[in-house]
Amino acid sequence: MPKHLLAAAALIAAICAAPLTSGVAEEMPPLPRQEWSFFGIFGTYDRAAAQRGFQVYKEVCSACHPVKHLYFRDLTDLGYTEDEVKAIAASYQVNNEEANDQGQIYQRPARPSDPIPGPFPNNQAARAANNGALPPDLSMIVKAREGGPDYVFGLLTGYKEPPADFKMLTGMYYNEYFPGHQIAMPPPLNDGAVTFADGTPATVPQMAHDVVTFLTWAAEPNLEPRHRTGFKVMLFLVIAVGIFYATKRKIWATAH
Amino acid sequence: MADIPSPGAGGRIIRWIDYRLPFVGMLQHELYEYPTPRNLSYWWNFGSLAGIMLVVMIVTGIVLAMQYTPHADLAFDSVERIMRDVNFGWMLRYAHMNGASMFFAIVYIHLFRGLYYGSYKQPRELLWILGVVILVLMIATAFMGYVLPWGQMSYWAATVITNLFSAIPWIGQSIVTLLWGGFTVGNPTLNRFYALHYLLPFVILAVVLLHLIALHRFGSNNPLGIDMKGPQDSLPFHPYFTIKDLFGLSVFLLIYAFFVFYAPNFLGSSDNSIPANPMQTPNHIVPEWYLLPYYAILRSVPNKLLGVIMAFGSIFLLFIVPWLDTSPVRSARFRPIYKWVFWLLVIDVVALGWVGANPPEGLVVTVGQIATLYYFVHFLILFPVIGKVERPRPLPVSIGTAVLEPSRRTPLGGAGAPIAKP
Repeated sequence: MPKHLLAAAALIAAICAAPLTSGVAEEMPPLPRQEWSFFGIFGTYDRAAAQRGFQVYKEVCSACHPVKHLYFRDLTDLGYTEDEVKAIAASYQVNNEEANDQGQIYQRPARPSDPIPGPFPNNQAARAANNGALPPDLSMIVKAREGGPDYVFGLLTGYKEPPADFKMLTGMYYNEYFPGHQIAMPPPLNDGAVTFADGTPATVPQMAHDVVTFLTWAAEPNLEPRHRTGFKVMLFLVIAVGIFYATKRKIWATAH
Repeated sequence: MADIPSPGAGGRIIRWIDYRLPFVGMLQHELYEYPTPRNLSYWWNFGSLAGIMLVVMIVTGIVLAMQYTPHADLAFDSVERIMRDVNFGWMLRYAHMNGASMFFAIVYIHLFRGLYYGSYKQPRELLWILGVVILVLMIATAFMGYVLPWGQMSYWAATVITNLFSAIPWIGQSIVTLLWGGFTVGNPTLNRFYALHYLLPFVILAVVLLHLIALHRFGSNNPLGIDMKGPQDSLPFHPYFTIKDLFGLSVFLLIYAFFVFYAPNFLGSSDNSIPANPMQTPNHIVPEWYLLPYYAILRSVPNKLLGVIMAFGSIFLLFIVPWLDTSPVRSARFRPIYKWVFWLLVIDVVALGWVGANPPEGLVVTVGQIATLYYFVHFLILFPVIGKVERPRPLPVSIGTAVLEPSRRTPLGGAGAPIAKP
């Protein structure tokens, strides 16, 4: 027997040693863990932060990045009234889907039922305007990156001077958290880049925090109903477990 | 048909029907009276759980199919549409997505339970083989389902796995072209995978039915691995095991619901939230967790064809387990050596899973090769040899005596002490 046990012990030791070896390929600093309002069983989106985040997206990020999966109507989730959403939509010009009587596609102010238009008509135009790099869609970005909100926050605040021995390609920027550390996006946020209506000071970490709250909502707009429904379902199931367990004991008591 | 209650009009109608179509009587016999070993432990809950998960997957899957668009240009957006705009679409999709993981977790526990208690031995060989057929069908179904959202990992998993068939000499490339419906993974691939992903669950359902017919021929195996010899050894399925299964189901649903509502993306890959892009390969192409051990075996063998043969072989070995195991005793509880060696296989498979999840470099490669080797040694050498050299402990006279008289209960460790009282 001891031989088998030794083999088992060796394998277990090998498994436990996993974290020592798996991260060697790219030395990345640990992500900056943030307190997010949407974490936890009762997590919700901080509406004020999400609205500020939308402002950051609109005034900064949207110069290059689309939010393809968002419609103007979705913004009511963030606490905007129907009229506010209509006003926000009307400030954009979009192509009407149908041609007019002359067969021309014409521009009109956007309506709440329209998707939020992106900055470029197609990917080629986006690349042409960005030194060959394609700014990714942001409506899924928090779900589409390992580390989620902490990663996006880290990326936005992780611009640094490259280490002395680090070879930078031209037109690239050094970022602590970006895989490979060379990113084509210039540092997007500077202190005071936006002016918040509620008087919150627009520091880089503040803007990053707010825009990540907005983007997490954009990626997972049903998080709040999910948490609420989940709580009810779990409560129901806990009661069901109790009832079934008691019934089981009662029925089996007669078996022996 | 012992007694169908309610002598009123309803009872008469049921009797009229049952005389001509003996369906109610069959249910009465198979779900009510069906004699079940009285000493089944909670490890025996996983069969019914797997059946329920199959139904959950089919129901959520059909409703998702009503909203999904199987086209390379539209699939990704249609899934997002389900997540965002379909009423409770997020719940359906997360229940289906995490349901696949739950289904595999249940089936793997079910399978290892069978290995520990020798549930595959005479006369249950076909029952076991049908179970392995279900596993193979499940793997195929899960793989094709994973391709449907048409994210990065969907696309590249499809590319990597279908490319395995190109290792087959002479006809390999033609098979791959046939699978793809073209010369690369594309819209025709998505379409045929969608059609098959919709079809295979019903094939699984049919095999599950055969699995149940085979099960009910001799009844369940049990922790002692000895046959039921009389009424003192068994209890009617209802109410004893219906309530036990319901209790187990409610505990399982609690875990399932936790994933669906609070950690829906924990088991998935973030790369699959990026639309498929044939021009850009993800850094690490990793299958879902339940396929990692096979993937690890595949990568641990330096030769592609041999790797494919061994990865598939690792599953097909299970088909011949009833004949590889030479021990006359079913339950590991009475097998002093196998009882320990069984856990080596569990550790081995977990190690393979870890290897499959990590990039193949350094220690990962070594562990992968040792674990792959051990997997085959376990089945092809240890199984037959241990059965021959081991001296099993004496078996109890009957289930009834072992369970009902505490003085004669054999004091043994191992998983699942006999359940005399819950």
